[in-house]
Amino acid sequence: MDTKKMAIIATKGTLDWAYPPFILASTAAALGYETQIFFTFYGLQLVRKDLSVLKVSPLGNPGMPMKMPFGPKWFKSINWNMPNAIQSLIPGYENVATALMKQTIANNGVATIPDLRELCQEAEVKFIACQMTVELFGFEHSDFIDGLEYGGAATFFEFAGETDICLFI
Amino acid sequence: MNFDKELDARGLNCPLPILRAKKALAEVASGQVLKILSTDPGSVKDFAAFAKQTGNELLSTAEAGGEFTFFMKKK
Repeated sequence: MDTKKMAIIATKGTLDWAYPPFILASTAAALGYETQIFFTFYGLQLVRKDLSVLKVSPLGNPGMPMKMPFGPKWFKSINWNMPNAIQSLIPGYENVATALMKQTIANNGVATIPDLRELCQEAEVKFIACQMTVELFGFEHSDFIDGLEYGGAATFFEFAGETDICLFI
Repeated sequence: MNFDKELDARGLNCPLPILRAKKALAEVASGQVLKILSTDPGSVKDFAAFAKQTGNELLSTAEAGGEFTFFMKKK
């Protein structure tokens, strides 16, 4: 039987959107898929050496529940959604939301992004960074983890054209 | 049921139980049995799907008090 293949294009650079590509890629690898992720535009943040750049913003995101990860049950069930105009005025709002999200992640036994990324690498998921956006955003190769390959759209198609599953995230 | 290795994936959420099981299966020989403990309700369907796709055999699934026990035989 031929090995199944999956390709993902990762385009988003926030803590929440870092999950789908790494969860799907690590699981695909566990299921025996040959897997590749192409990181482009904001997705490049997911392959930075320093992952503390990943944050989550409730601003302009009505789908995001704002619940506290600590305290008694009645307190944790309160949804602290507030108007965008107020969110935007509070200094450090994203940092607080990110810290709360990380606590919620830990409370639920969900893997951290550094862990998931490492699991992908251990499972030999191939990471390709878009060279054009690396230059466009003024990054250096030294900003990124080792083991990355750098390429363009044609590089992506070389593998993507033979895949069973191809996702844009 | 007899088993050759045990994996405690309690408290872990998707996709960690599957990823840990994959790793644990790599450490046993073909035909040997891995026992897996999990608290993730999603892992019931996930382990069935994992077995179907990888060819490892899911010998049994049991639930007691919110804890799931799986026995999986390596291909």
